[in-house]
Amino acid sequence: MKDKLSSLWQKLFGDSVRAFGVISLVFLASMAIAPAKNFFSEWRHYQHGYLSMIRNRSEANTLRRHFQGGIQQIWLPELGVVDRCTSCHVGLKEATLTDVAQQPYRKHPVIPHNLDQFGCTVCHRGQGAATTVAEAHSSTLAWEQPILPAKFVESSCGQCHRGPLPGTPQLNLGRNLLSRSGCVHCHTVRLADGRTMKATDDPPPLSHIADKTSREWIYAWLKDPQAYAVTSTMPNFKLTDDDARDISAFLIANSTPVSGDSITLSAKASSDPTAGASLYGESFCASCHAVQNAAGNIVGGDVGPELTRIGSKVKPAWLQAWVRNPRVYDPPTAMPHYRFSDAQVATLTGFLLAKADSDLLTNVHLDAATPEQIAHGKRLVSDYGCASCHEIAGIKKPENFAPELSRIGSKPITQLIFLTGMPQTLPDYIAGKIKQPRAFAPGLKMPQYTFAPAQIDALTTALLSLNDRSYSLPPSLAVAAPPESDYQPAGRAGKLMTDLACFSCHRINGHGGDMAPDLTWEGSSVQREWLVQFFKNPGTLRPALIRRMPKFNLTDGEVSELTDYMMTVYQSPAVDRDSMPLSGYSPGQIELGKQLFYGKYSCQGCHIVDTKTDKGYIGPTLTHVGSRLTAAWIYQWMKNPQALRPGAIEPNRALNDEDARALTAFLMSQKGGGKQEAAKK
Amino acid sequence: MNRFASGALVLSVAVLAASCSRKPDSAPLKPTAFGAVIVESSGGKQITQTGTLLPQPVVVQVNDEQGAAVTGALVEFAAAPGVTFDPASALTDSSGQVTTNVALGGMAGRYQITVSTLDKTHKKVELKIEEIALGYQQTLGRRLNDQYCERCHNPESTVERVSNYDNLEVKPHPFTEGETLNKFSDTDLTAIITYGGPALNKSALMPAWGNTLKKSDVQALIAYIRAVSDPPSRSAGPVYAKN
Repeated sequence: MKDKLSSLWQKLFGDSVRAFGVISLVFLASMAIAPAKNFFSEWRHYQHGYLSMIRNRSEANTLRRHFQGGIQQIWLPELGVVDRCTSCHVGLKEATLTDVAQQPYRKHPVIPHNLDQFGCTVCHRGQGAATTVAEAHSSTLAWEQPILPAKFVESSCGQCHRGPLPGTPQLNLGRNLLSRSGCVHCHTVRLADGRTMKATDDPPPLSHIADKTSREWIYAWLKDPQAYAVTSTMPNFKLTDDDARDISAFLIANSTPVSGDSITLSAKASSDPTAGASLYGESFCASCHAVQNAAGNIVGGDVGPELTRIGSKVKPAWLQAWVRNPRVYDPPTAMPHYRFSDAQVATLTGFLLAKADSDLLTNVHLDAATPEQIAHGKRLVSDYGCASCHEIAGIKKPENFAPELSRIGSKPITQLIFLTGMPQTLPDYIAGKIKQPRAFAPGLKMPQYTFAPAQIDALTTALLSLNDRSYSLPPSLAVAAPPESDYQPAGRAGKLMTDLACFSCHRINGHGGDMAPDLTWEGSSVQREWLVQFFKNPGTLRPALIRRMPKFNLTDGEVSELTDYMMTVYQSPAVDRDSMPLSGYSPGQIELGKQLFYGKYSCQGCHIVDTKTDKGYIGPTLTHVGSRLTAAWIYQWMKNPQALRPGAIEPNRALNDEDARALTAFLMSQKGGGKQEAAKK
Repeated sequence: MNRFASGALVLSVAVLAASCSRKPDSAPLKPTAFGAVIVESSGGKQITQTGTLLPQPVVVQVNDEQGAAVTGALVEFAAAPGVTFDPASALTDSSGQVTTNVALGGMAGRYQITVSTLDKTHKKVELKIEEIALGYQQTLGRRLNDQYCERCHNPESTVERVSNYDNLEVKPHPFTEGETLNKFSDTDLTAIITYGGPALNKSALMPAWGNTLKKSDVQALIAYIRAVSDPPSRSAGPVYAKN
């Protein structure tokens, strides 16, 4: 052994020339390691692949000219971006590569941003500085941000864009759900622009609950809210029988009566289902309330609660008082005060009470509550944070009841506890928590929601956008949300509008719902007499709509109060009502307008002027438009509809003065009835 | 020594087998019946955003030679990488059907789903179903379509949106009508949308949208029209996304 070694030594280093040669060889070999590693690197392999892919394309020369070999890097110091992704994703900016499906060579889909200004990881996450696929795309020990799955990529838009965007439906839906599903009642969400996310749902107050419903119903509801109404947004707290018994005992014992909260009508509750159904239809209850039909489909709006089993829930005397004037029980309710007559109240409540489910409460038998049960119920109400959402007399709304979510999108994975078998990424954790909150540890309080898979993805998207980058952004990149308005009309008319809940459907000065037209400039738009008649008997302007203005049985005094206010206050500075007359246009001008209407502009595609020939079903019917709108409004509308009502779907035809004037003349001649016939001759 | 090595080998194989068998889907479903054909019940030709769930599940049915539903046949779903199925394989229920929720991959384009089952001779029977994933630009286009175009261009009415299609003297082309629309170049479509039908000698019932929509909006609309056309338009990019 020793001999062999010494002879080997002799062979290699026997004399100085040999030793020099061997050592040179060793040096040479070791110096070749770095170039070899470089030569066999992944990115070089992909660049070779790219070059051989483009070789046979017709535009190969152009592509080769654009190609730059070596490590590529997008460096954006103010965003903290060092992205070398373009070393392998070589064709990202090549407009002609739309037919290439092979990665990493696909062209980047069209987005409104320049890749050189934003880099890659701002939107896609991942490790920008890495030069191997595994390190760039996956999480490693030193780097825990893997590539964001495509379905959550809209969350990155939300880092800078604080308001809704037309191209990000998923993010918009997620943010909407955060406010609408009650998440932010318990979880504080402070946004990077200083706002705090507000809840937009309206959980009912429980301080007078005994007026409204029975303890048995509360018990059944607490055990399984969706058994009463499948669309219910109340989550399931998975209470034991005893806990549900005690909470219901406390809520009933804690409830105080409100005067006027229950009434017994002189008229008997009608059992005539036809009259009830037609009053329910005429009052457009279905615009806000849904009912599950025999086929199991939910029909109606989601502004108010579902009414499928309302008869099993409410006490008849309470329902009558509520239908007569909901503001007695719940002053800020979104439900309008309809001013129904006693007979109408009786008809409607009779119709609603018949919507009952005899199975709902058959198995609920509760003994009288003991003081211990009530005390225990009160403790449970505090423990579960019921007062975070519901107003309950004697219980304060808890502060910081649940963990703050303001930066949940940057939560380090090391701080998360995953379920076994679950992929260990932040999006999976967030989605998992929403899907089954109680599974993550014993004793957790977050209740079980009934979100659909698509809603969970949307919520996860919105939560991922709440991250460190949204705070550390250069201010010049932040795109502010449209300002929120808390506009309230003043005076007696304002009170009346609140009572009628106009803002549940209409928007004025940026405040209110979007079910019905924006009324910000209504005073410039319509003629006073038409508005008076419309309040008294609201007809429909758009025959295809299923949601319409209900009739509120207003008194003459109330109508003139509202009309005067709207005609005076809701005036657009762009429309001078008195600048153009309501009638007296020359027959020649009217005829020219008619030709433009049916010819050049083909308005009959969407509107009806002559019910015999026109069929357009999209815009409002114009048979009486000359008695409804002001001429100045029509004229300005012709010139630019969106300037008067942003988001109007009528195309802006940018009419010249002459055409606009002629069309105004023709439309103002459409006053309905006999005059219309005269105008056509 | 040798005995120890073989013992260790057996042990490691056993550990490996045990760790594999703990995976939830390792117990394969055993078909109890075999059909002759698979037919699509619902869920084909749906449109969604890249990476997201299709709005409706895909439902397929296995029938025998006489056309009667087969219960207990094994149905498997497969598609390009990135497409996920929940579940990816299942036995047909009492009405011969299997329902699966599908999320499409991260690339915009068309996805072909291959649904397969075995017939009595253990030969594979297949059904191809096509779904469409929209990228950012096409999603923007879809929103514009829903707001401005669909009321006339989509002949189907829903309760919420009554179609105006039947009321028009000259019928507009539904955007899925690839045979007609694929013949129009992007330039032609841009001209019609921007300047109205008369720009290409077509009906004035198609108004000019050039003052209402931005140039990028018109491009987005065209991207959407190309994405949903049937037969597929070549300019929509790869016809079947490979991810």
